[in-house]
Amino acid sequence: MSPDLVIIGAGPAGMTAARIAAEGGLRVVLLDEQDRAGGQIYRNLGAAAGRDWLGPDYARGADLLRGLNHPGITHQPRATVWRVDAARGVIWSRDGESHVTAAPHVLIATGAQERPVPFPGWTLPGVMPAGAAQILMKQSGMVAQDAILAGAGPLLYLVAAQMIAAGSPPKALVETGTDLRHALAKLPRALPAAMTLAKGLGLIRRIRGIPRHHGARDFRAVALAGGRIGFGFTTRKGPQELDCGLLLTHLGVIPQTHLTRSMGLTHDYDVAQQAWRPRLDAWGGSSRRGVRVAGDGGGIGGADAARAQGALAALAILHDAGRLDLDERDRRARPLRRALARALSLRPFLDAAYPVPKAFLAPPDDTIICRCEEVTAGAVREAAACGAHGLRLMRTALRTGMGPCQGRMCEPTVTGLIAQTTGCAPSALGPGRIRTPVKPVTLAEIAALGRQPEETA
Amino acid sequence: MNAASRFRDAPGMAPRSIRMSLDGETLLARPGETVAAALLAQSGDATRRTPVSGAGRTAFCMMGVCFDCLVTIDGRPNVQACMTPARDGMVIRRQIGARRLGDQP
Ligand SMILES: Cc1cc2nc3c(=O)[nH]c(=O)nc-3n(C[C@H](O)[C@H](O)[C@H](O)COP(=O)(O)OP(=O)(O)OC[C@H]3O[C@@H](n4cnc5c(N)ncnc54)[C@H](O)[C@@H]3O)c2cc1C
Ligand code: FES
Repeated sequence: MSPDLVIIGAGPAGMTAARIAAEGGLRVVLLDEQDRAGGQIYRNLGAAAGRDWLGPDYARGADLLRGLNHPGITHQPRATVWRVDAARGVIWSRDGESHVTAAPHVLIATGAQERPVPFPGWTLPGVMPAGAAQILMKQSGMVAQDAILAGAGPLLYLVAAQMIAAGSPPKALVETGTDLRHALAKLPRALPAAMTLAKGLGLIRRIRGIPRHHGARDFRAVALAGGRIGFGFTTRKGPQELDCGLLLTHLGVIPQTHLTRSMGLTHDYDVAQQAWRPRLDAWGGSSRRGVRVAGDGGGIGGADAARAQGALAALAILHDAGRLDLDERDRRARPLRRALARALSLRPFLDAAYPVPKAFLAPPDDTIICRCEEVTAGAVREAAACGAHGLRLMRTALRTGMGPCQGRMCEPTVTGLIAQTTGCAPSALGPGRIRTPVKPVTLAEIAALGRQPEETA
Repeated sequence: MNAASRFRDAPGMAPRSIRMSLDGETLLARPGETVAAALLAQSGDATRRTPVSGAGRTAFCMMGVCFDCLVTIDGRPNVQACMTPARDGMVIRRQIGARRLGDQP
């Protein structure tokens, strides 16, 4: 039996939407490339019993996992969506075999990825994003040891607090520095989110005792004997040299827009978050009928906003499907809109408090900015000066974005470098076009799909 | 290079009971863990060399977006180790040398 709704992504947005849509009588297929539901924040929550050191926020996702126990919901784990085809449906791959699931309604809830933090040495084994270390804590119970945390943003403090609680405190916290005065001016607007803020302050209290460096810039990592990492940076006190077993960096998260962009949906550049996001109406509706987007994939708002957006999208879909009348939809939406406003009221503060330092958008010439094709910032600057004034021209000139990651690790930096060299605004440079498959599949797999009868999951 | 693992197990974690092989040697994993996690638990070394310069890389983002964790699993090249649950008997090979995406086994 073919479903009424396909949801891509089983994080807070997708899980919330699945439950509400199923309770409203729709048959839902929930696709996620992870082995378990949970998304980024609640990754592996269903199998992480006993890991109290991950903190109370992590445990808060349990109701969402329980919500998936509904006869109307079919959860397909390890299903990597590589194309949403207007005619055929959602195409996904598992273990080298592709499948198609078609439905009149599609909800894209693919969340965020960490913003790349490029600097000389960031490609060495021993340098990783802080969120990656957190994934290892949630999924494997593995804790970084002898590690330094560097960068900015709430997740950096959260990971530090979780490492402390797990008995492996970071040896230093190196912060790119908070423009606090600028951030404080935004504070009144953040008051409804005081809870979240207090949590942030609580986190900062918990990391007391960890050596901290502020206003750090000019990051540089080198490989030392035995695989150790030498980490150099500069603060007001002058050049600093530390060494560690693992350097964990973080500068916030950005929406994953490869799927929405590959579909040709309209996107806008979010100047405060320095990232592209799909243009959405108040119900998550995109520029294409029948396709909605909820959660961090539509713009960074965090887990509570993702829940509210998932619920709002589900109500709209129920209404479109003739299962919910307009009054009922609007009545049920009211508390969700309040929750959403509360969750989002913190964003202006966070965006102002943790700006991305320019040096990471346009790093020094000797930085490898495209990890796949090993292109340096210097090469991009040179090509930009010689007329490669756009992402596509740069791609032709240097192969940036042509490797397996399809620009996920380099596009923000290539954009920053072209903008810096040519003086044009980042918003004028994109959004870069994304081709399907948005995750690599072999030609053999695509060919086999063409020979298959249409199937439904 | 012979770098020790950059991670350690948190207190109270179950033992690694899944047995796989990495280039002929034993690689252990805990149920529910990915191949990339098992690799990082065993060593801090590179698991791959880049096709362009031969530089060493290992799993980076752990969430399927960077493709630095590519390994060959049971004869299939370019598998994302961070998205693959570990299973008993898996035969894993590091990808040292020029192997481009789309290569067939
Ligand atoms: C590494 C990382 C760690 C984070 N940790 C925290 C944290 O501890 N606390 C916190 O408050 N916030 C954290 N965040 C922020 C996080 O973005 C939000 O809190 C929240 O998880 C967003 O919810 P969501 O439902 O929008 O998306 P997510 O929770 O990100 O869920 C999206 C889901 O979509 C799936 N997906 C993506 N693309 C595809 C595809 N092509 N095919 C199939 N499935 C796909 C992913 O596997 C994922 O499960 C983290 C973000 C990242 C990137
Ligand atoms: S570690 Fe980034 S894709 Fe696997």
